[in-house]
This record gives sequence, structure tokens and C-alpha cells, in this order.
Amino acid sequence: MSEATTPAGPSHGTGLRAAIDLSHKVRPGEAAIKAVLLTSAIVSVAITVGIIVTLIQPIIDFFGEVPVGDFFATEGTYAVLPLVMGTLLVTVIALLLAVPLGLGAAMYLSEYASARARRWLKPTVELLAGVPSVVYGFFALQFVTPTLLQDIIGLEVNFTNSLAAGLVLGVMVLPTIASLAEDALSAVPMSMRQGSLAMGANRMQTTLRVVFPAALSGIAAAVVLGMSRAVGETMIVALAAGAQKKFDADVLTGHQAMTGYIAQTFGGENPVGSTPYNMAFAVAGTLFVMTLILNILSMIVVRRFRQAY
Amino acid sequence: MSAASAVAAQVVTSTLASGRSKDRDLRSILFLGALWLSLFFGVIVLVALIVDTAIKGSGRFDKELVTNYASIIFPETTGFKAGIFGSIWLMVCTAILAIPLGVMAATYLEEFADTNRWWNRVIEINLQNLAAVPSIVYGLLAVAVVAIVGFDEKGVLIGGAVALALLILPVIIITTREAIRAVPQDIRQASYGLGATTWQTTWRQVLPSAVPGIATGTILGLSRAIGEAAPLIIVGLGVSVLSVPEPGIAGLSDSATSLPNQIYNLANQSRPELATAASAAIILLLVMILGMNAIAILIRNKFTRSW
Repeated sequence: MSEATTPAGPSHGTGLRAAIDLSHKVRPGEAAIKAVLLTSAIVSVAITVGIIVTLIQPIIDFFGEVPVGDFFATEGTYAVLPLVMGTLLVTVIALLLAVPLGLGAAMYLSEYASARARRWLKPTVELLAGVPSVVYGFFALQFVTPTLLQDIIGLEVNFTNSLAAGLVLGVMVLPTIASLAEDALSAVPMSMRQGSLAMGANRMQTTLRVVFPAALSGIAAAVVLGMSRAVGETMIVALAAGAQKKFDADVLTGHQAMTGYIAQTFGGENPVGSTPYNMAFAVAGTLFVMTLILNILSMIVVRRFRQAY
Repeated sequence: MSAASAVAAQVVTSTLASGRSKDRDLRSILFLGALWLSLFFGVIVLVALIVDTAIKGSGRFDKELVTNYASIIFPETTGFKAGIFGSIWLMVCTAILAIPLGVMAATYLEEFADTNRWWNRVIEINLQNLAAVPSIVYGLLAVAVVAIVGFDEKGVLIGGAVALALLILPVIIITTREAIRAVPQDIRQASYGLGATTWQTTWRQVLPSAVPGIATGTILGLSRAIGEAAPLIIVGLGVSVLSVPEPGIAGLSDSATSLPNQIYNLANQSRPELATAASAAIILLLVMILGMNAIAILIRNKFTRSW
């Protein structure tokens, strides 16, 4: 049945086309297996639909009780903007740290390191991404704030503050940015580097003026993906950024972030269906939309500005 | 004489080709130094983290850490038995739920799907999006899924396993696809040439060749799952649990916690004994995760065939 509707037999997918055509042969076993495999692929779409369905009912309930204006307000019990502010503060600090360092690491790995060194250095950098976020949060709370910020640098920071959370978050997204940017830089063809070197440029000039611009779309996508990881990260901000809803930009004090609010609501004793419980869903919905926009943005950047070599 | 000049010529061309001869001005050296620093910044932080935590936790590397349950009354002998066993259980259940489904989906997308069909493109774009959905959102979904299946209590093992499986499914699909794509076309063509069908080719040739890549991706996915705490908070895991899930199917509806959740609970406590215990537990968790990562890298470097 499915063989008849999709002619080409074994040549679907990446197989050779038109060379072998067994489509006239009915193979019920093959069709059944294909159907089972297709079902498991569809599960991934079902997950997205499931997320949206799960979020929508409590969000409708929430806006039945709380006016939309009270949600998108800068202060009040049900205001989301202070939480968005908290998320943006830590994200900006994280990116200020992770983008230069991540790109630097990527440039070294792609342009300077030998193939053998790269084989060991890249997994080592990626190891940083393997450290659980709760460990990073604990590290921010127990080391970065008291030892690094208060004792060594001498800043007057609160016990929980956005600065420590943002810095540690930056360390966490660094490998994401470095790894993806390295892929983008490595994809630039060797002939462009050789052309640049033949014109008398040295390796720094080649890296910065030829390879970097050529890989810009991939690098931009790496930064956007790093940003979406920082926005969605929970444990670091739940532990180190505090639980105070504030709409200001004083990074020496704590600001509750969106994910931190969700974790706090579910960790506490809020009954199912109560307004704070439903608000957590509304915040999660906002978060989901934000990361969705960032992902679509990164896909558009890659598709639109990619230069095919 | 001629040999020496040949060598000299070779040296000249090799240095010219890489641009190294012009690298010796100040700006280039500063640039290279900056690149070095950014590469090693991460390593320095990792070392600082491990050393600092190990020193803080050094008082608690004892048997009680593994054999005792959590205790606020006796903070100096509080243990992580519930979390350790809970995490191992969660990982096994997550693997059973996520690996077959992920590998099957990836096999369909690589070997069977016609990329010109719109629904296959939808699946494709959807996967890229799912990989970046915040982990906490998967917790919300898991609550709903588990309620549909019929487990109403909060904080049961199966809820956590569903959340983690949903979370790592996109990771497993993406890495499996890469592994399958790395198997050269010649092998498929040779198989077709001998009269094999698509499924026979996939099952007997492509998948066995892709096993090292699939194993690497799966282990990395599981090591991410074992460190996650956020979705488990949402499904209600992590409140003080003083038991270990029963082995077998019956254990699925037992209340459970995980090692990261126990650490999270202790991180906000002011008692210094609890902070020490949490530090020791972090080292334990890191050993588990870094061990899994090391195995994955070893498999990748050792068994991956270059065709």
C-alpha cells in the first residue's frame, strides 16, 4: 500500500535513484516496518503538540482570573516583566563572557590547533557542557560570590546576585558557542585561506578578515543558540540569582528569573489550579515562545546568509 | 648539496603555506595569546570548580555518604542513598524509554524518509526546535503525560523517567542521524546490488556500522539526563525521600528522588555540615558524569571507522 503511494522502492532517502526500481513488488513486512519507524518519528512532532496543549489550558484559566495588563506589567504579584528582566540580565552577562571566549576558543581550534591536538582539545571543551547545572549553581553560590566577587575582587554583592549567576551561566554556554562556531569556521574551504595567505596575509589577518566573515552566518547561529540555552537554564538562576522579583538592572543584587519562578512555584505547596500555579504555566509559555523565536531566528540566519561553497 | 636545497625549499614552502613566517609581529602574538587564554579559560574554571568542591567536601568521603538516607537531625552523617539509587533507576528507565524510540525515528528520517515531502520537512524543523526547548518545559509536559497514563501521585519514578526521556529524545535522534549519515553510500549500494531490501540493508549493514556513533550520542544524552534537576522538580521529585524504588515494574510508581535534586535541596541550607555533604555528593555526581563522558569520547576515538 505505502509502496504503491511512494514509488521508488529502496531508493527513498539517500539511496541511489532510478538505478534499481523494485517498486512493483509488494512487501508487506517492509511496509509495516516503515510504518512503525514513521510512527516513532511522528512522536517527536507529538511532543511539540503536547507541550502546546499542556500549556494552553492553565494559561487560559490564568487570564480568566488575571487581566492581561497585570501580567505584562513591571510590578505586582502577577507581573511577568520583572522575571523577564531577571532572565535578560543573566543572559546578557553570560553572553558578554561566553561570546568572546567561545569565539576565541573556536578560532584556535579551527585555525591554529593541529588535527591531533583538536581531537583531544575539543572534547575537553565540550566536557564543560557536561557539568550539571545544579553543580554550576552550587559553585556560583559557594565559590564565585563569596570567594571571587567578595574576597578577591572586593565587590559588595548580595548573597544571591545576578552577576555571579550570569558569569557561571556564561561558563555553561561557552562550550555550546565554541563547538558550533568551530564547526562553522572549519566549514570554510581551505582554498580561501590559501588565497589569503598567498596575498601575503598572516594567520591572524586570514582568520579575522577572511575565515571569520565567511563563517559569519554559522557563528551568528551559534550565538543565538547559546542565548536560547542561557534563557532556558533553570538551576543556576534558581540557586544563585535569588527569588526577588525586581524590575531594575542592579546586577549586584538578586533578580528572580523566569525559570527560577517556575521551579519555585512547583517546588512549593501551590495546589493544582491555583492562580500562582497557573501563572507558572503562563511564564513557561512566555519562555517557550521566547526560545522558539530565538531558534527560528538562528535557522533564518543560517538559511538566508549562508554562502554555499 | 642538492638534497639540502630540496629540504630548504620544502621548509620554505611549508612555512609559507601556513602563513607562519609572518606570525611574529606583536599583534599576531597577542592575538594568539588571547586565543590560548579563551581556550584554557574553560579548563581553568573546570579545575577550580573540581578542586574547590573536593576540598570543601573532603570531610565527607565516607561510607555513610552512600549508605545513609538524608537526615536533618544528624547532618554530619547525612547520606545520599535515595538520590544515588534514584538516579541510577531514572537513568535505566530513561534509556529504555528513549533509546529505541530515538534510534527508530532517526532510522526513518535517514533511510526511509523522502525529504521532498512536506511532512518530513516539518519533522526536521520540529526536531531542531525541540533540541532547544528549556528542560523545565519538558517537566510540565511529563506531568500531563503521566496523568494521562494513570499515575496521579506526584514525585513517582515514572514521572521523572518520562520527563528525562522526552528531554533527551531529540539529542538521541540528532546524534543517531549523524552516525547513520556517516556510513558511506557504497555499502548501501553493494547491499542493494545483492538484492537486499531497504530494511535488510538498514538492519544488516547500516545500523551495525553506525553502532559506535549511536553509542557515543546515547551515552552523552544519558549523562545529560543524569545531571538534570529542573524537570524533576516540576514532576515533584526531590522532596525528602527515605526509600529506594523497588526493583521491577512495581518500582515505577514508587516515590523517588535524584542525586542532583538532593544537592539542590542542600544548597540553600545554612548548616555547614550539609554544605560539606553536598560538596562530597557533587564530586560523586561529577565522577559519574565525567566517567560517562570519558567512555563516550573513548568509543568515538577508538571505534569510529574512517571509511
